[in-house]
Amino acid sequence: MVKIHNKFSIFIVILSLLCFFLPAAAAAELRTMTFLPQWLPQAQFTGYYVAYEKGFYRNHGIDLKILKGGPDFPAAEMLGKNQTDFTTMFLSEAIQQRDKKIHMVNIGQLMQRSGFILVTKKGSGISKPSDFQNKKVSMWPNFQVQPRAFFRKYGIEVKPVSQGATVNLFLRGGVDAASAMWYNEYHTIINSGINEDELTTFFFDRYGLNFPEDGIYVLKETYERDRELCCKFVKASLAGWQYAFEHPDEATDIVMKYIKDAHAGGNRVHQRWMLARMKDLMQPVDPKVPIGALNPRDYATVAGELQKSGLVQKILPFGEFYAPCLE
Amino acid sequence: MPLALNNLKATGKGGLAFRMSLFILSSTACIFIAAFGYSYYYSRNQILADVEKNAEIVTIATVSKIEVVLNGVEKVPSYLARSLGSSKPTLPELQKQIIDLLQTNPEIFGSAVAYAPYAFDRKALYSAPYICRGPYGGLVPSFLGSSEYQYFFLDWYQIPKELAKPVWSEPYFDEGAGNIVMSTYSVPFYNYKDGKQIFTGVVTADISLEWLMETIRKISSHQSSYSFLISRNGVFVSHPNKDFIMRESIFSIAEANNDNGLREIGRDMIRGGKGFVTLNNHFAGQKSWMYYAPLPSLGWSIGVVFPEDRLFAGIGKLGAIIMLIGGAGFLALLVIIITISGTITKPLRVLADKAGEIARGNLEVEVPTVRSHDEVAALSNSFNNMKDALKEYICNLAETTAAKERIESELKIAHTIQMSFLPKRFPPFPEKEEFEIFAALEPAKEVGGDLYDFFLIDEEHVFFSIGDVSGKGVPAALFMAVTKTLMKGIASQAVFPSMALSNVNKELCKDNDSSMFVTVFCGILNFKTGELLFANAGHNLPVLISASGEISWLESPPGFLLGIIEDAEFETSRMIMNPGDTLFLYTDGVTEAMNLQQEFFSDPALIETIAKCPDQRTPETIIDCVMKAVKTFTGEEPQSDDITMLALHYRGKGSRKGSIIN
Repeated sequence: MVKIHNKFSIFIVILSLLCFFLPAAAAAELRTMTFLPQWLPQAQFTGYYVAYEKGFYRNHGIDLKILKGGPDFPAAEMLGKNQTDFTTMFLSEAIQQRDKKIHMVNIGQLMQRSGFILVTKKGSGISKPSDFQNKKVSMWPNFQVQPRAFFRKYGIEVKPVSQGATVNLFLRGGVDAASAMWYNEYHTIINSGINEDELTTFFFDRYGLNFPEDGIYVLKETYERDRELCCKFVKASLAGWQYAFEHPDEATDIVMKYIKDAHAGGNRVHQRWMLARMKDLMQPVDPKVPIGALNPRDYATVAGELQKSGLVQKILPFGEFYAPCLE
Repeated sequence: MPLALNNLKATGKGGLAFRMSLFILSSTACIFIAAFGYSYYYSRNQILADVEKNAEIVTIATVSKIEVVLNGVEKVPSYLARSLGSSKPTLPELQKQIIDLLQTNPEIFGSAVAYAPYAFDRKALYSAPYICRGPYGGLVPSFLGSSEYQYFFLDWYQIPKELAKPVWSEPYFDEGAGNIVMSTYSVPFYNYKDGKQIFTGVVTADISLEWLMETIRKISSHQSSYSFLISRNGVFVSHPNKDFIMRESIFSIAEANNDNGLREIGRDMIRGGKGFVTLNNHFAGQKSWMYYAPLPSLGWSIGVVFPEDRLFAGIGKLGAIIMLIGGAGFLALLVIIITISGTITKPLRVLADKAGEIARGNLEVEVPTVRSHDEVAALSNSFNNMKDALKEYICNLAETTAAKERIESELKIAHTIQMSFLPKRFPPFPEKEEFEIFAALEPAKEVGGDLYDFFLIDEEHVFFSIGDVSGKGVPAALFMAVTKTLMKGIASQAVFPSMALSNVNKELCKDNDSSMFVTVFCGILNFKTGELLFANAGHNLPVLISASGEISWLESPPGFLLGIIEDAEFETSRMIMNPGDTLFLYTDGVTEAMNLQQEFFSDPALIETIAKCPDQRTPETIIDCVMKAVKTFTGEEPQSDDITMLALHYRGKGSRKGSIIN
């Protein structure tokens, strides 16, 4: 936590200096850009909403428009069709999409850790990886790489069940284990009346399978054309996150406003939890890696697992995938 | 009231009235508070019991009503599912069946038969005819399933499939049906191949929950209560606060307020428990009670909430009235007690004042008479009697004191008179150089019975005597006066001391009705020759201190006391005093002087004292020595008898300081 704070502090100082010296130029050359969050409004995107609401993007010379995200607006596809300038994606998704020749680059790996977990009820008898043998495990069709890599690693055969949008199947006892995002479904389970001590969780990063999640992506051409602007977007977004962590109530209010506008579900308590978990997930596993930077080792792990699963043909060199903005 | 206040003021904090008021009122207050507390507690519990009972009855009735409807709905898709398990209709037949289902069951909003992938048509991934009610009353057929709507992954399909049993879905908003809250009942159906059960699909029935929410809203067992409904996940399906519906769950409320108690209640609710519990104020905005019971077919739970202040408003009001009555009664009691205790203690206070006056010496104060027959009256009477007795006593005392003072004054005069009888001028005969005489008398009381006397009979003879009358005080003094007078009159004519004694005896014996007597030692000294004639009438033997310093008792026949036997005979003894001899006479007041240990001074001590006296030739010095020795011996012990001493020193003819006169 302290590390994040310090790094952010240094960052904020730089940011403030920039704000101080740039306003005239920024005001003159406000560039209109668009950003598509990869899902419906929720605290997973707090930093971007807060940066927008607090005027951080404008201060960086960007007149940003936040587009409506959700299942109807797949991020990679929208980016590929140049329907948005910036979007967020899980690293594994991005590597797969890049392999499908969507020429994009990662300009900031904000979430350093994997929030993806497997959750079981204590009564299911699963307390260690080998206990998953022959158990019914529900997995999201689009997010199977990580759990399958996990099962492969421990040589386990499970009975897979496709997981839908809810965790009700798990709650009703239809499966022994379910996929869950630590910041989302896990809390939904808790808030459906199951206590944390009645659950067992498996965090993939603790089993050598850290798949960093949300990163910021732009088309390579956009990056090559407006490198400086792209990096300003990353910096403003990080400032938004920092502000959100320092003012969680205000930040949650902002998120709730976006949720209501989008007629999406989710209550305040849930968003508060999600915001807190985002703070945890932003913390780099390797202390030498700065906030928001992609660790080459993580890239190698994810790309390697994707290749093993046959989901990518070849692993792109790290330098071609990642365009550092923060170093 | 002013009287009461005065009473309190007069008596002060330590007063009886105050103490009585304090004890009685505090005890009364305790009893009142205990009674009030118990009554409040009892009423409260009674109300809670009634409310719980009432809520239970109303809720159970509502649950039964809802269950009837839900069970009715459940039968319809179950019947269709059973028939699909054994038959394989064509698509139009299937749609016809669904339409029939909807037409005969108006409470069902829409129904689908959703087949598993390729189960209905080997070429079709999705086979799910769905028919629902249109906005204008007609039935609208459609088909579910597309890459965007992969129903295989939806709860209404997946959960009954995986659990292999019919399931009610969590509530959801249905936009197509006008954004109302709905729930879907899904029944799985199976085909059998080679005796094996193969999952084929589910039959669903969607129902609007509007009627259910309305029914829940109508649950009202108490005017101030409200009801809510939560789903199996704890999500609010129905609640007076619209913001809660489908957004908050009982667990999110618990988490937001960090209320673990509420979370536990929620867990019990979704597990199908029932109970009557208290809720913290963040759930309902105020402290409340809640009765909850499950809706068994849905697995949901109904809660009926009663705000506590409204619940106990009645007893609160009753309590206020009781407190008011109690308070008024308390005040009345205060006044009554103070008044009564004041009335009781008033005579006591008057009595105390009067006693104070009496103590200051005023015996004329009027002690008020109390007409009642209580303890105070008895005290007052006793007090009055005491005052009278005291008055009488003091009166007597004054008289007695006056009499005593008169007697004392008379005794003083008597003392002076008695002393004036005795020769007190020393030296009595300064012209007579042959002898020297000195005497002292110290009476034990104002007047005493001792006597001494000396006078010159002629130019050669001096008479001297010492005596001791029996008894002390005035009678002894009078008797002494008589004896002295007689002695003086008789002795001046007597030639022998024995004659004098015998004559005095005769006179004293006459009319001596009081049987008093006197011891006397008398002598006649021829101071020219030194011849001493002496007689003793029962007196102590004198001491003779010879010129050589030898000290001896002057032996003489004892003789009889004067005043007892008329014919008593006395003898005269004779001796020659040498120049330098001294004769020391004394009464028994000297030898029988007592100290604190009740020991006598004694004869040997007398001899010793004289022997130690520095100058045995001066009568005054000898008497002084003996007097001092006696006083030292007796110490603090008061003098019990008259002390009288007489000393006579014989110098002989013309022997003053070595010069010869004749």
